Amino acid sequence: MSQPTVVTVGADMFADSVAGQAVDVERVDWRPPMPGTEADLAAVATDPRRPDANRRAVEAMLGVTAHLVDVAPASEVLGLEKGQFLHAGPPIEWARTSGPLRGALMGGAALEGLVDDPEDAVALFESGSSVSLEPCHHRSAVGPMAGVVTPSMWMWVLEDRATGRRTYCSLNEGLGKVLRYGAYSSEVLTRLRWMGDVLGPLLQAAVRGTEEATDVTGILTQMLQMGDEAHNRNRAGTLMLLRDLSPAMVSSGSDAGFDSKDVADVLRFVGGNDHFFLNLAMPACKLALDAGRDVPGSTMVVAMARNGTDFGVQVSGTGDEWFTGPAQVAEGLFLGDYGPDDANADIGDSAITETAGIGGFAMATAPAIVRLVGGTVPDALATTRRMHEITLAENPRWSVPVLEFMGTPTGIDVSKVCRTAILPQINTGMAGKVAGVGQVGAGLVTPPAEIFPKALAALAARVPSA
Amino acid sequence: MTTPTKDHVELRSGAYADSVTLLQVSRAVQATPGVVAAQVAMATGLNLEVLEGMGFDIPGSSPNDMVVALRLDADADVPAALAAVDAALTPTRPTGGDTTIAPPRTTGSALRRSAPDAITLVSVPGASATVEAMDALEAGRDVMVFSDNVPVSEEVALKRYAASRGRLVMGPDCGTAVVDGVGLGFANAVRPGRIGIVAASGTGCQQLLALLHHAGETAEGVGVRHALGVGGRDLSSAVGGLATREALRRLDADPDVDLVVVVSKPPAPEVAEALTKETGALGTPVELGLLGRGQRDLTAVAEAVLERLGHTPPEWPVHGADNTGPATGPLLRGLFVGGTLCDESMLMASAALGPVRSNIPLSDDLALGDDLLVDDHTMVDFGDDELTQGRAHPMIDPTLRNEQLARAAADPATGVILLDLVLGHGAEPDPAALLAPAIAAARRDRQVPVVVSLVGTDLDPQGLDAQRDALVAAGAEVHLSNASATRRAIQLIEGAAR
Repeated sequence: MSQPTVVTVGADMFADSVAGQAVDVERVDWRPPMPGTEADLAAVATDPRRPDANRRAVEAMLGVTAHLVDVAPASEVLGLEKGQFLHAGPPIEWARTSGPLRGALMGGAALEGLVDDPEDAVALFESGSSVSLEPCHHRSAVGPMAGVVTPSMWMWVLEDRATGRRTYCSLNEGLGKVLRYGAYSSEVLTRLRWMGDVLGPLLQAAVRGTEEATDVTGILTQMLQMGDEAHNRNRAGTLMLLRDLSPAMVSSGSDAGFDSKDVADVLRFVGGNDHFFLNLAMPACKLALDAGRDVPGSTMVVAMARNGTDFGVQVSGTGDEWFTGPAQVAEGLFLGDYGPDDANADIGDSAITETAGIGGFAMATAPAIVRLVGGTVPDALATTRRMHEITLAENPRWSVPVLEFMGTPTGIDVSKVCRTAILPQINTGMAGKVAGVGQVGAGLVTPPAEIFPKALAALAARVPSA
Repeated sequence: MTTPTKDHVELRSGAYADSVTLLQVSRAVQATPGVVAAQVAMATGLNLEVLEGMGFDIPGSSPNDMVVALRLDADADVPAALAAVDAALTPTRPTGGDTTIAPPRTTGSALRRSAPDAITLVSVPGASATVEAMDALEAGRDVMVFSDNVPVSEEVALKRYAASRGRLVMGPDCGTAVVDGVGLGFANAVRPGRIGIVAASGTGCQQLLALLHHAGETAEGVGVRHALGVGGRDLSSAVGGLATREALRRLDADPDVDLVVVVSKPPAPEVAEALTKETGALGTPVELGLLGRGQRDLTAVAEAVLERLGHTPPEWPVHGADNTGPATGPLLRGLFVGGTLCDESMLMASAALGPVRSNIPLSDDLALGDDLLVDDHTMVDFGDDELTQGRAHPMIDPTLRNEQLARAAADPATGVILLDLVLGHGAEPDPAALLAPAIAAARRDRQVPVVVSLVGTDLDPQGLDAQRDALVAAGAEVHLSNASATRRAIQLIEGAAR
């Protein structure tokens, strides 16, 4: 034992006393934990399984590389049948659905031919007969915003080569009046039909015709260094995807019978939609996080998702249980004449990006969007640094140049959230409150604080007695 | 003429500062013109009782709220008093020089930025201490838990985990350590040497540090290299000496340690037996100082250490003996800030005078209730967990002991008052300034003899001589040895009974 340096947590007086002896002191800015969590925090902290469980969960997550292996209809890859609807967030019944989720379900019902007019779908969902609602997450899928998936929609298929595990996500429709924001006008349905008839099949031909399967995790690495945080900004990622797929789109597309106009339409549609890659970033994140699931004793969050009414989290050590609370309304900037009163509560599975350590957690790497989501560049740097207080690891693959290439904060720890009361920072879009409106803005949001003590209590209850 | 006063009470939810800081804030605000009384405290049960006792009417609150309670000469004084509160609260949080890097919020986060051998010193409220300590152990570092009120089951869990990884947990419930000359928590400044101490007792460790330091003035080579406080419960049945074993292993392996001393509050017999066996097998000689009925007192342990090192023990200094007249009643009242000093005095006094009632009794039938003053010999440890919930240790906040000192002095049955005063890093900058007036007041009407054991060294930041002189001037008889002070108090009581 030799003369120590000292970290102090608690009374400043003792730090002063050590500093007065000419010894280096690092002071922790300690504050009381979330009210009522002390006993559960101690129980979880002294769970002998926890340190190793968290190490295993993190290593499993960081070990995943997501490859793009196919594009195919949900009926084929998810076994989804007519009348079955997937949606974002934790489970919910029609009566409690918010406007944007309702709008998307109504549009989806029309797309599947269950009704002629989307407005007629209300009665169908109220009756509940021959229709069912289920979270995307329960079928290894993720859906942005309302996240509605119907059998005829085409899905990206991502695979972890090491384990063969797969995740799925629908194709991105663009911005403004789109189904995922709750719009269901004929223009929305027309676009969806084109996506089913042309975009999906051509992408399938291209993916199947590309020799090297696209490394989605690798694109994420590069785009983070190019100013995308992969939640609200996916511009570099979208263009890299096009770079990988366009040769095969031309060659395999013509073999499959698509003419040059179709190819041009698809290239124009993808290239003109800065968010196109989001629907690949999301399932890549889910693929990584699913590898960290179901480790007994682990306090790592493996999913954060919202259905427009509830915000839910799932935790590695508590299996498929959802811990939910009321979803918050984001703060941010609004399109056109829209204002805070027009915005629906937070919605979508896209917070899977933050769960994996990008999006709001990688804000520092995306200064171009900082103002869109209401902040300054120093705020963005501070946000990423702050998220390190509630995470288990740094992702060595996803690094932030402006922070000396520090890895992004990865693996949200329920107990650290409860200890610090620092909530995960989420970058998000805002849907209109009323079904049919579409997007009204974009901004920043956090989960409702109470879901973390709930998850912590469930973890504490599962600690084996000594 | 009495002028009406104005009470101003406000709750600040979401605000937090530790009890030590708030005590300093309260004192600063009390010094503001127009302020009659001020108490800024977290709304814990004990603090609410204190506030109600002061006559404040406190609205419904939770322990996470900060209460600002002010009694003022007039309404007009409110803004200035509140400004004083804000000013006193402001500088307590370290801001960090670089605005883009906020200070770490958890121990784990701090350790990521710190030297690989950093020791963590935890002094957050007991309910949150385990979590911070676990961060340190998980990062492969040693930790000292100053906090008290840590559940014993959590202490065991921490120490088992530490033992599995070769890490040392110092504390909880023993706030003293010296690691290669650096004092952590409450620790005396001592000259370096080749003695290693393992202490399941904070003030017991400090007593030993102070006596050995004093002896070292004339005995060459007597000094302390490490003093590892392992927690007052470490040698209990529940904990079973987990940290003591690791501390012994470390000291035994240190080539710069020639002699190890183990000092403890009364240990569990089976743990003491196992420890005696194990220490005999070590390469370094071990002197055991385990308090208990029929066992040596701490001063005798220090003397045995000196003799083992080939030195004749010195006379332990006493000052102010002229102050002390005969006992003024039949009962001995001991009021302590140090738990082990209280234990030691109880063991000595009960052997000489019969049963002693206490809040940390030698046996259950001698327990004191909420009323700390009964018609028996009494000794109270104001550092005990029950009396420190939601407030600072009495070495920092002397309010409760000073109140009890006044009550004991006013009781005609009180014959002698026995006190301790502990100096060192972490203690008040000038504790005698708070205790001496209370002693003087206690002696004003009845000339009750007051005997004080002053635990400290001439290197301590407070200055031993100045502290001693202030106590003597207030009318106390001051000893460096607690055993010697206790013997003196017993002798006075016995004289009165004769």
